[in-house]
Amino acid sequence: MSKTAIHLDNISLRFGSQALFTNLTLDIEDKKITAIQGRSGSGKSSLLQVINGLIQPDQGSVFHFGEQMNYHNIYKTRMNIGYAVQQVGLFPHLTVYENITLPGRLAHWTPEENDTRARELMALVSLDEHHKQKYPHQISGGEQQRVGICRSIFLNPRILLLDESFSSLDEETKEEIHTEVIKLQQMEPRCIVMVTHDPKEAGKLGDHRIKLDQGQLYHMQS
Amino acid sequence: MRTILLLLLSVVGMSKTIAQTYRIGAKHFNEGYILGELIAQIIESEGYKVERKFNLGGTAVCFEALRNQAIDVYPEYTGSLAEEILKSKESLDHQQLNNKLRIEMGLEISPSFGFNNTYAIATKKDFAVKYDLQTISDLRQLPSLSLAFSYEFLERQDGWANLKSSYQLGFTPVGIEHGLAYQALMNGSIDMTDVYSTDGEITKYDLKVLKDDLNFFPDYQAVAVYNASLDTRIKKIISRLESTITEEEMQSMNAQVVFENESFYVVARNFLIDKGLVEDSMVTEERSVLSEVVSKSITHLWLCGIALMTAILVAVPLGVLLYFFSGISRPVLYFVGLLQTIPSIALLALMIPLFGIGIFPAIVALFLYALLPILRNTTTGLYSVDPVLKKVATGMGMNAWQQLRWVELPLAMPSLLAGIRTAAVITIGTATLAAFIGAGGLGEFIVTGLALNNIQLILQGAIPAAILAILIEMLFEGFEHLLLPKHLRKN
Repeated sequence: MSKTAIHLDNISLRFGSQALFTNLTLDIEDKKITAIQGRSGSGKSSLLQVINGLIQPDQGSVFHFGEQMNYHNIYKTRMNIGYAVQQVGLFPHLTVYENITLPGRLAHWTPEENDTRARELMALVSLDEHHKQKYPHQISGGEQQRVGICRSIFLNPRILLLDESFSSLDEETKEEIHTEVIKLQQMEPRCIVMVTHDPKEAGKLGDHRIKLDQGQLYHMQS
Repeated sequence: MRTILLLLLSVVGMSKTIAQTYRIGAKHFNEGYILGELIAQIIESEGYKVERKFNLGGTAVCFEALRNQAIDVYPEYTGSLAEEILKSKESLDHQQLNNKLRIEMGLEISPSFGFNNTYAIATKKDFAVKYDLQTISDLRQLPSLSLAFSYEFLERQDGWANLKSSYQLGFTPVGIEHGLAYQALMNGSIDMTDVYSTDGEITKYDLKVLKDDLNFFPDYQAVAVYNASLDTRIKKIISRLESTITEEEMQSMNAQVVFENESFYVVARNFLIDKGLVEDSMVTEERSVLSEVVSKSITHLWLCGIALMTAILVAVPLGVLLYFFSGISRPVLYFVGLLQTIPSIALLALMIPLFGIGIFPAIVALFLYALLPILRNTTTGLYSVDPVLKKVATGMGMNAWQQLRWVELPLAMPSLLAGIRTAAVITIGTATLAAFIGAGGLGEFIVTGLALNNIQLILQGAIPAAILAILIEMLFEGFEHLLLPKHLRKN
C-alpha cells in the first residue's frame, strides 16, 4: 500500500446555513498528483484551505503524515505546505528574487542557502535569471505563475496545494507550465493537491482524480 | 510623548541658563514693541545677552509667560497691573502696587518710564471748537453724539460703563476695531472714540483729547515688570529708563513706527542715543533681515520637526493598533478628526491654560494637528492591502507580526508617506500662528506685520514659510524615491 500524505477524517464545514461538506473522509497519496475537479462553488478551494489550516472545519480532523493538525501552532505547519493560487499573489513591492526567497528569509535561511535554492528552482521551471531584479508587473502571466510556484516550494515542502493556479493562462502557456510541473514532480516528487475546473488539465496532470459535487467525493478513473 | 518633549525642551532650556540670556517679552502692539526694544537694548548695551520674545498676545499671555519663567521682563502699565492682574478695587500708587505684587506674586516693577498711557476720549479739533469741548464733563450739554469705542474699552472695568455713570452721560455707543476707529473719526462716520493717550495718530491727525476732569481713568504709567528674583544688576540697568520718556516723545516714537515705517529697533536706538542712555557704538548692530529670516526659519523648522516626529511616533503605531482592533478604529478616528476641526488659533489659545506659553504648547498643538492625516492614512493604507496578498501571506505561514513587517506595512507605505507629507505641510502652515503664544518662528513677522498693517513684514514671514512648505514637499518626494519602487509611488 502506498503512503498517505494527507488524511481528512470525518470533516464537516458549513458557511452560514449552507453545509459545504458533511462527514467527509479522504486519503491523499504521497508523491502523487491528486486533481480535485468540481464546478465553481462546489467547495474545492475551501477543501484546500482546510488542508493547510486557513479554514478550521466545524467538525473532524486533518492529519499530515499521520500527525493531527494543531491549530495553536499553525504557522509551522503552513510553512511546510506550499500554496499557490490563481491570482498568484506575488508581492508587488518585492522583486521576483525577493518574492521567491521570502519563505527562506522567514525561515532564517542564510543568504547563500537562499541563493542556491533560488537558482535551482528558477532553472527547474525555466525562469530566466534576467527576471530576478524585475518587479512582478514587469513579467508575463506565465512567468508570474512560475515565480509563484518557485515561492510555494522554496522550503521544499512535502505538500503543495495548487488552487486553480493555471486557469487564467492561455492554452500555450498552460501547456508549457504543465510540462514544468511534471518535470518538477520527477525531480522533487511530493504530494501535490490541485484544484481545477478543467477536466483536460485534471486528466493530464492527475495521478488520481476526484470529483467534488454537492459536498460528496467521487473517485474517478485516471 | 510628553516626556520626550519635556526632555528636548529641558535641553534647550539648559543651554539658555548657561548662556545667561535675558528674555524680554512684549505685548502684541506698537508701543509694547518699542518699550520692549528700549529695555532689550539698554540691557544689551551693558554686554548682556538678550532674547526678544515679542508678539505675546496680551496682558494675560505676557503675565502667564512671566510667572512661568518663559520671559524675564516685559513692559506693562501700572493701571493694567492693578486692574487686570491684582483685580484691585481702589487705586494704588507705585509703592503700594510694587508691595502688593511682591507679596502676592513675587514680582516687582521698575520706576515709571515717565509717561502715562491711559485711555482718553478724543475727537476732531473742529468738532471740539464747534461745541466748545474741553473736558469729558462738557459732553453732558450735547443732545446726541455718535460714539464708537473699542470692544476692550466697552468691556473693561475702567471703560465705558463706569465712565458713563461717573460722568452721568446718556449716550449709547457702538463697538469698533481700534485700528479702524481713527479712519471712522476722520471721515466723519463717528464723532468720538477712545484712544490711548500716546497713540501716534493723536499728533498725526491733530486730535483734541478731552480732559478727564473727574480723574476717572486710573494711572497707566509705563514700567517694566519682572520676577523679584531677577539679577539686581539687570534691575539697576532697567531703572535707568526712569522718567526718561514724556507722553509727547512716546507719541512721536509710535508715529515713527506706524507712519514712517521705521523699525522698532531703530526708533528705540535713536531714542536711547539722543537721551545719552547708550553710546552709539555700544549698541549691537541690528541684525540683517536675511539673518533674522534664517534664524526664524530655523526655529520654525525645529518646532515643526519635533511636532511632526512625535506625531509620527504616536500615529503610526496607533494606526496599526486601530487596524488590528477595528472596533475602536471609528471612535478614535472621529475623535482625532474632531481635533482637526478646532480652528488653529482657538486650539493654540486652549493650550495656554494647560501649558502656558512658548514652544511647548505650540508643539503640542501642532502635534495634535499632525495626528489625523498620519493616523488616517496609516489605517486606510493597511485596510486597502489586497486580500489575496494577505491570504497568500497567511498561507505561507507568516504570523501577524511577519505579515505586518513584510506585506502590510510596505504596501501601506505609499499611503502612510502621503499622510506624513500632508501633515508636514499643514504643520509648516499652522506653525506661523504659533507666534501668537510666543513660540517664535516665521509667524513673528506675520503677527507683527498684521499688528502694524505692514505688508512687507507679513511677506517676510509668509514667503519663507511657503518656500519651506515647498522644500518639505520635495524632501518627502525624495523619501518616496528612496523607500518605494517606482510603480508604487503615488505620482
